[in-house]
Amino acid sequence: MSDYIFYPGCSMESSAKAYYDSVMAVSKPLGISLKEIDDWNCCGATEYLSLDRMPAYSLIARNLALAERQAADTRTVVAPCSACYLNLSKTDHYMGEDKAFGEKINEALAAGGLHYSPGELVVRHLLDVVLNDVGLDAVKAKVVRPLTGLRVVPYVGCMLPRPDYGKRYSDTERPTELDDLMRALGAEVVDFPLKTACCGGHMTQIGPDTAFELIRRLVSSAVGCKADVMVALCPMCQMNLDAFQSQMNGHFHADYRMPVLFFTQLMGLAFGEKPEKLGFGSEFVSAREAMSRIGVATPQPVVEGAAARPRKAAGLPMPPPRVTARQSTGKD
Amino acid sequence: MSPDRKPQERVGVYVCHCGSNIAGVVDVADVGEWAGKELEPHGVVVARDYKFMCSSLGQELIAKDIKEQGLTRVVVAACSPHLHEPTFRTACSRAGLNPYLFEMANIREQDSWVTTDKLEATKKAKALIAAAVGRVVHQQPLESLFVPVDPNVLVVGGGVTGIQAALEIANSGRHVYLVEREPSIGGHMAQFDKTFPTLDCSACILTPKMFDAGNHKNITMLTWSEVEKVEGHIGNFTVTIRKRARYIDESLCTGCGVCWEKCPKKVVDQVFEAGLGFRKAVYTPFPQAVPKYPVIDRENCTYFQKGTCKACETYCPAGAIKFDQQDEHLTAKVGNIILATGYDLFDSRKITNYGYGRLANVFSSLEFERMTNAAGPTMGRVVLRDGVTQPKSVAVIHCVGSRDKNYHNYCSAVCCMQSLKSAHLIKEKTGGDVYQFYIDMRTPAKTYDEFYQRIIREGVNMVRGKVAEITDTALEPGEEGKLVVQVEDTLIGRQRRIPVDMVVLSAGLEARHDAKEVAQRFGISCSADEWFIERHPKLDPVATMTDGVFVAGACQGPKDIPSSVAQGAAAAARVLSIIGQGQIEIEAATAIVDEVSCVGCKQCVPSCPYRAIEYLAVEGRAHVVEALCKGCGTCVGTCLSKSISLKHFTDDQIVAEVVGAMRVMKSFETTAVA
Amino acid sequence: MLTQEVAMRTPGQSNIEMCIQCGTCGGSCPSGSAMDHTPRAVFALMRAGMRDAVLKSNMPWMCVSCYCCTVRCPQDIHITDVMYTLKNMALEAGTIQDEIASDFSKAFIRYVENYGRSFEIGLAGIHSLTHMRLAARLPNMVPMAIRMLTKKGMLPLPPKRIKGIDDLKKILKRAKSMEAA
Repeated sequence: MSDYIFYPGCSMESSAKAYYDSVMAVSKPLGISLKEIDDWNCCGATEYLSLDRMPAYSLIARNLALAERQAADTRTVVAPCSACYLNLSKTDHYMGEDKAFGEKINEALAAGGLHYSPGELVVRHLLDVVLNDVGLDAVKAKVVRPLTGLRVVPYVGCMLPRPDYGKRYSDTERPTELDDLMRALGAEVVDFPLKTACCGGHMTQIGPDTAFELIRRLVSSAVGCKADVMVALCPMCQMNLDAFQSQMNGHFHADYRMPVLFFTQLMGLAFGEKPEKLGFGSEFVSAREAMSRIGVATPQPVVEGAAARPRKAAGLPMPPPRVTARQSTGKD
Repeated sequence: MSPDRKPQERVGVYVCHCGSNIAGVVDVADVGEWAGKELEPHGVVVARDYKFMCSSLGQELIAKDIKEQGLTRVVVAACSPHLHEPTFRTACSRAGLNPYLFEMANIREQDSWVTTDKLEATKKAKALIAAAVGRVVHQQPLESLFVPVDPNVLVVGGGVTGIQAALEIANSGRHVYLVEREPSIGGHMAQFDKTFPTLDCSACILTPKMFDAGNHKNITMLTWSEVEKVEGHIGNFTVTIRKRARYIDESLCTGCGVCWEKCPKKVVDQVFEAGLGFRKAVYTPFPQAVPKYPVIDRENCTYFQKGTCKACETYCPAGAIKFDQQDEHLTAKVGNIILATGYDLFDSRKITNYGYGRLANVFSSLEFERMTNAAGPTMGRVVLRDGVTQPKSVAVIHCVGSRDKNYHNYCSAVCCMQSLKSAHLIKEKTGGDVYQFYIDMRTPAKTYDEFYQRIIREGVNMVRGKVAEITDTALEPGEEGKLVVQVEDTLIGRQRRIPVDMVVLSAGLEARHDAKEVAQRFGISCSADEWFIERHPKLDPVATMTDGVFVAGACQGPKDIPSSVAQGAAAAARVLSIIGQGQIEIEAATAIVDEVSCVGCKQCVPSCPYRAIEYLAVEGRAHVVEALCKGCGTCVGTCLSKSISLKHFTDDQIVAEVVGAMRVMKSFETTAVA
Repeated sequence: MLTQEVAMRTPGQSNIEMCIQCGTCGGSCPSGSAMDHTPRAVFALMRAGMRDAVLKSNMPWMCVSCYCCTVRCPQDIHITDVMYTLKNMALEAGTIQDEIASDFSKAFIRYVENYGRSFEIGLAGIHSLTHMRLAARLPNMVPMAIRMLTKKGMLPLPPKRIKGIDDLKKILKRAKSMEAA
């Protein structure tokens, strides 16, 4: 079992309980032991940064300081929420890059008896740990119920691949990590054009017109690709697409019905866990019908969605696919 | 003997005012007087100050004193030797004094220009002059080495630049080796359709030059060849060239083309057709290829890979197919080398948000050139990737991979004009809507801006905004089945989504993928962006820091055809000037090995950055090749037995210089000497 | 100089002065159509020293922090981080035209400062009630709220306080007292 320091984030205890349950359920088969930071606080999402810079970064840094203090066998902090992950890694990054800024933050932390040395910890998203530490081979080995025939949209969102301070991901616009993971679970992955298009974030509360348009384009594109389900890796994305789907439908007089799950829920299913333990049933747009499809014996007919159409041999040749050596570090 | 006492020398000291550059800070009159008095025991017999020593009157002063006062050494205290050391050395030698018996004290860049306190500056000037006087009496007369220049020239790269350079030299009666990596000369220009700003057909203006170069009695054209090794120095290079096996006997081949007609193996031509068209395993890149002989691409030839087929051999009426042909190695002796290796196109697949390589109807600029070219894969028709459908609307995008810190920070110079040209061709051939997306419109040269105005008049839509994204995801009615260009139209300050059928990316120019290796092979340097570095960007753009090696064309930096041709001719002129002189003067301050004390440890050999030291195995010692030596002194420091010394920078001279300065400094109790 | 002031208040090297006005940011922004000025236009206003126009713009408040602009910017400007700075400055200057966004953030933070955790459930509803425009959407939100409570098993009670809430308050107080730059 590999140890990791765990930063759950506020949503995991409320709106994203399904994410929390499924993360806990898959951690054992994945061989990762998540030690929650004792007495962690909210990272402030994008809200505090909008109001006042210094307390915002100090709020986030308190978690890093606590983690540093509590770190025993590992220096890695895992956050399953993209916004929390970005906030923690951004704070660590700027405290290291801008020495004067880092000193000021530590001055604020000192008022609470804390200190953080930038660079002491490595902050990573859960997806990164699954792919790069556990590895796809180990994941495949744990699959007892492959998700064959399930057409999955790998929705990565914004804050995971961008701005990518640690250069951990394959691309800032169309990263392949989540695709590869879903494929390892046996699912059929849709070549989704809006993989990293924004879900609207907190615009549902501030500018609903904008938010609903962003949600609509994602959902309608998934429907257009004849996907069965979308998977997300951030509680905000999942909530926007799932919980707000009916409001979006109302706004546009549409009738989309696209279930949106957390990637760990599908992982858990593939590992043979019971759906109830993985938070199934708590989603707004029911995933029951989509899941029933993979329990069915008759093969799912291959539907030619817009993304799956094979290129015809006639016509002019296309440029060859680009092969890059870039993994976690460095550009190619 | 104490290092600074050589009273038999007669030293003249000249302190320059340099207008107010020096005199405004340093009390030059005082310094001159002081030198005449205080340095008299150290050999100074005459000391003057003068307004501009570099002027002819100033130089005459020196010449007069050499003759009338019998000076045996001269010191000028003025600006940096980088500027006027050659001036004063020449003045001395014209007056009969060996130029290496001259020394310069820099009391401008190292004194008056960096010191604000006049008293301190004057003291420092005196110290610097005392140092120079101390040194100069230890200097020895040296003679420059003259190296004969082999009149043959090597031109590497057979694009328009290399062709131009080769023709200029060949027409003067000199012999040129023109080495080209591809099966035919012509380079990128042979791929283009029409060229800006005149809209001349590229092949039409290039092929006559290609033909001339290919048939010139003074040009040995070696295509499908590469330079493997370069040894030697200016005037005397030995170059090893690998002439790759074409598997075609050139003495028998008539260029009839039956072989490639019959060849069953078709591959995508990634080079000449930019990946948009096909060729066979045995091929010439294009119909007007020079030379006309095809080559067999081993990696794709069924015979070489599997042992079967041989259709070309079967059908060749001249029996020219020779599968057992081997690569040849030639050794060429040349006196000068011109590198004209050109550029590569930026790989637009790197910009994920533009979709090149994923979205079928996004094309690169070179793909588009092949498309509109009448001899290209679509016979000149502008069509979508299906090869059939004509687009009704096309977007042309500037600055793809250029002016962008995520890819290349520089501007690629040609893309604005190329984009305008593409827009013109698209409009002409399809009559549809054409959009140009740009940040700035760069059209500086002769008739370039008039070309821009012409394109505006033709009704091309100019949108000022760097394209953010090209997507096939329809969000609004009218976008289904189209490519949507999402951009901020900065002149109206609004985001726009413009649906088009086709997109052409004006990709930037980048250095060849092997530029660094090539630079190393020829002993020159690359910049951080891997363009070859010129000796001086304004005053000497075709020479390099390596004597005898010149660069011309796009390999030195992105540029258009007129500039490339001009540089090719410029490099040729420089080379002809060297050949015309018949010999090269090598700076005499070179290292020299003491044959007796050298123990043959060979430490110095790899230490030399110019590869100027060779180890003589028979004699068991090192030897400096003077023509290559730049006098940097690295070997002197490396030698464990102190057997290498540097002429004009001997230990005696340097110690005397330091002692001279220190002595004066001590007398003033000042602390700083540059 | 306004540009310098904004740069100093943004951590790290934000490169604002390097803007070549290419428009990639404005072109990439998913909420671009809701903004009165595009990000690029605001940089131009900043250059021109038009402080009032910059701080009154709704543009930074529409930012969703998707970082598309930041990764695509050819001059490597940390645009998203600059957005946060502009929001901070607008609040200080008291020039915000439409307070929906800042009110939401303030309401969010009120819980964090008192409990150490955020309180999503009640927040959205309360926020909507205090802004009449959004109140019109309340009927739509009621079913969602009910489902949240029943399906997700969440009660509309404020979160548990963290143990170190006093220390957190001290940290935040210290941080707030620091000069912004």
